[in-house]
Amino acid sequence: MSDASTATPPLLEVSGLGQRYGGRTVLRDVHFRLPAGRSLGVIGESGAGKSTLARLVMALERPSHGQVRWSGRDVNAMPARERRALRPHVQMVFQDPYGSLDPRWRVGRSIVEPLSALPMTESQRLARLAEVLEAVGLEADAATRFPHQFSGGQRQRLAIARALATRPRLIVADEPLSALDVSVQAQILALLRELQHREGISLVIVSHDLAAVEVLCDEALVLRGGEVVEQGAVERVLGEPRHPYTRDLLAALA
Amino acid sequence: MSAPLLEVRDLHVHLPGVGGARLHALRGIDLSVARGERLALIGESGSGKTLTALAIMGLLPDGATTTGHVALDGRDLLTLDEDAWCGLRGRRVAMVFQEPLTALNPLQRVLAQVMEPIRLHRLAADRSQARDRAMALLARVGLDDRQARAYPHQLSGGQRQRALIAMALAGEPDLLIADEPTTALDARLRVQVLDLLGELVAERGMGLLLISHDLALTARRVDRLQILYGGRVMEQGDAPTLLAQPRHPYTQALWAARPRLGAGRDQPLHPLKGNVPALTQLGEGCPFAPRCPLATARCVDQPPRFDGRIACWEVSP
Amino acid sequence: MRRAGFLAGAILTALMLLAALVSLVWTPWPPDQIDMARRLAAPGAAHWLGCDQLGRDVLSRLMAGARSAWLVGVVAVGIGLIAGTALGLIAAARRGWVEALILRASDLGYAFPALLLAILLAAALGPGMTVAMAAIGLHAVPSFARLVNGSAKSWWARDFVLAARVAGQGPVSITLRHVLPQLMPLLIVQGTTSFALAILAEAGLSYLGLGTQPPQASWGRLLAEAQTLMFEAPQLAVAPGVAITLAVLGLNLLGDGLRDRLDPKELPR
Repeated sequence: MSDASTATPPLLEVSGLGQRYGGRTVLRDVHFRLPAGRSLGVIGESGAGKSTLARLVMALERPSHGQVRWSGRDVNAMPARERRALRPHVQMVFQDPYGSLDPRWRVGRSIVEPLSALPMTESQRLARLAEVLEAVGLEADAATRFPHQFSGGQRQRLAIARALATRPRLIVADEPLSALDVSVQAQILALLRELQHREGISLVIVSHDLAAVEVLCDEALVLRGGEVVEQGAVERVLGEPRHPYTRDLLAALA
Repeated sequence: MSAPLLEVRDLHVHLPGVGGARLHALRGIDLSVARGERLALIGESGSGKTLTALAIMGLLPDGATTTGHVALDGRDLLTLDEDAWCGLRGRRVAMVFQEPLTALNPLQRVLAQVMEPIRLHRLAADRSQARDRAMALLARVGLDDRQARAYPHQLSGGQRQRALIAMALAGEPDLLIADEPTTALDARLRVQVLDLLGELVAERGMGLLLISHDLALTARRVDRLQILYGGRVMEQGDAPTLLAQPRHPYTQALWAARPRLGAGRDQPLHPLKGNVPALTQLGEGCPFAPRCPLATARCVDQPPRFDGRIACWEVSP
Repeated sequence: MRRAGFLAGAILTALMLLAALVSLVWTPWPPDQIDMARRLAAPGAAHWLGCDQLGRDVLSRLMAGARSAWLVGVVAVGIGLIAGTALGLIAAARRGWVEALILRASDLGYAFPALLLAILLAAALGPGMTVAMAAIGLHAVPSFARLVNGSAKSWWARDFVLAARVAGQGPVSITLRHVLPQLMPLLIVQGTTSFALAILAEAGLSYLGLGTQPPQASWGRLLAEAQTLMFEAPQLAVAPGVAITLAVLGLNLLGDGLRDRLDPKELPR
């Protein structure tokens, strides 16, 4: 895998990561390093542990083994308050556009929620709200409406706007396209790629859509039954897969 | 080519909307499925693909009105009452649903559930013959003895979907309608399930009406395709031709919007602008007009002319 | 049909509340006024529902009884709702041993006979309305706690709550701003149900002499007093019995109606 051999630690580093629920091991021995500005695709079928990995990377769960480091700092070895202070740097986009916004809140309020931890004035927050809405291609007056007044694709844009609010260095997206209509998926895909180019954001995208991973990612990691069966540069993994499972996955889509 | 098993002509469905309004949800659907033929209805949300299946099966909600012609082997389905339908459903036409976990009874073993239609429609002389038939069906879809005797929650998603297919086939239907049978499954399983359906159709001389939102997945595994949008058929034809040369702007846009595997990180993306219209937003004109690069004033005002292949004012035959 | 139930429930409940409120400033006759000359008088122009064995106006005592019912109901449900909701929310937010502790304590509280609790409290504090409020209120806490815990947990699992965590919100903030608002319909419905149960319980306790004490009027005590006169004047039992029935029925209908109106319409998909 690519390695930043400078003194600065990678933006995200995961080592020996594993997770068990009760007696069941859902993730075992995952390692990867993600330098700033690079993106990783996590590929696999359902039950392979992709969402668990996403939650562990986001420190929404404690792993049973291994470490998750954000810019070199072990997120699970710090007190909760300190971890919360780091959250502005690492944001998330969820799979279900219908569920990821509080149905009782106006969407503007949801979008600026991540800003509440930062020292900003009210007018600065409103300015940022307008900025991110524009960045995702929505009008400013969208902020006063409720989630149920938007379509699935628009809600996903709102979720992305929320993820952008704090100018994070890393966004983890868990199947951001799969709940959307086909003709809308391409829009969100194009938006994500544009944000990568313009803002230099790193993405960790969990997806079973190999073509989307190819478009958005530099590195790819293939999970099966909680274990990494293959990882490396995305052209190599998708172009010349070594593991039979990866080959099967690709063949199924041909 | 044999006479159509299923024939649908000029199907219109109106649904009750908010505040007493009537929503024109299906606007003149024509389709036919012959024995041994696989037809896929492709569409996004609001396209009317599931409604079409429900209309054919007589399963529309109360308050829906249906007009047009729907016939199975010449027998009119729209005028049937519930009693007559009970004899048909499961026996002449069966349906496979999207979410196997909710479509299966969690308290009954799979084998028992497959036996139910067999016994219901008196296709076996006695219980043990019914059991033999059910076991044979389950084996055919790739489930062994142990899996057959399992409860649904003990099986994987793919196995449950196969069990559902076995249940649908138990009544020996002439027509199988599969509504998004693979959405809840993973990439590899989707292909397997679709291939299985194809084999069964050929073996039994059934007709298959497959409903899906995934053009790329289904296009290579069916004989004919119909692309629905906003309650209308936008394009229809045999799969190889549609694949090679899609002519309707919507079909072309659907194809172009997908990133190509192997085309690299920097491949240009061509997303469609706008959103899929909600039922309440549809007017009289072409539903695709707001998003169509070729749209003219006529497209907005008048419903597109269908020439047997595509419904479009701007693309000439 | 559903609409009718909701309206009926609302009307009955409102009537009861009205009776209670009005009784604060006016009743046809002073509820405690004894007049042996009118002992067991039949219903008539002066006394619409007649008089009891001490010549007291039944209607006035009924209205005063409504006051007790409401007071005990409000305080008891208040205790149950506030303490129970707080415990349920804490259990859902903290999980782990905190949740286990709260749930097991709730199980214990649930299993502890309400009557025994009332008797113990009466022994300690002396019987009276306070005992009734405390006993009924404490007994309502576990139900609210378990209900709130169950519902709150399912809201904590939703993506928008995860998003709030990602946004850096702490558990208190998330509980108050995201989870609690979602529970409002549930709390309203459970509140009306609890209220109905509280009225029944209060009547029962008063009947047994553990609740409101004379001279305060209470439907339960009216029943108890009427019991000794079952063969002489059975009509004395009818009034409080009907009052209790209508109050409980009204609250249940109101609760059902509120549930229908509030729950399915939420979150149009």
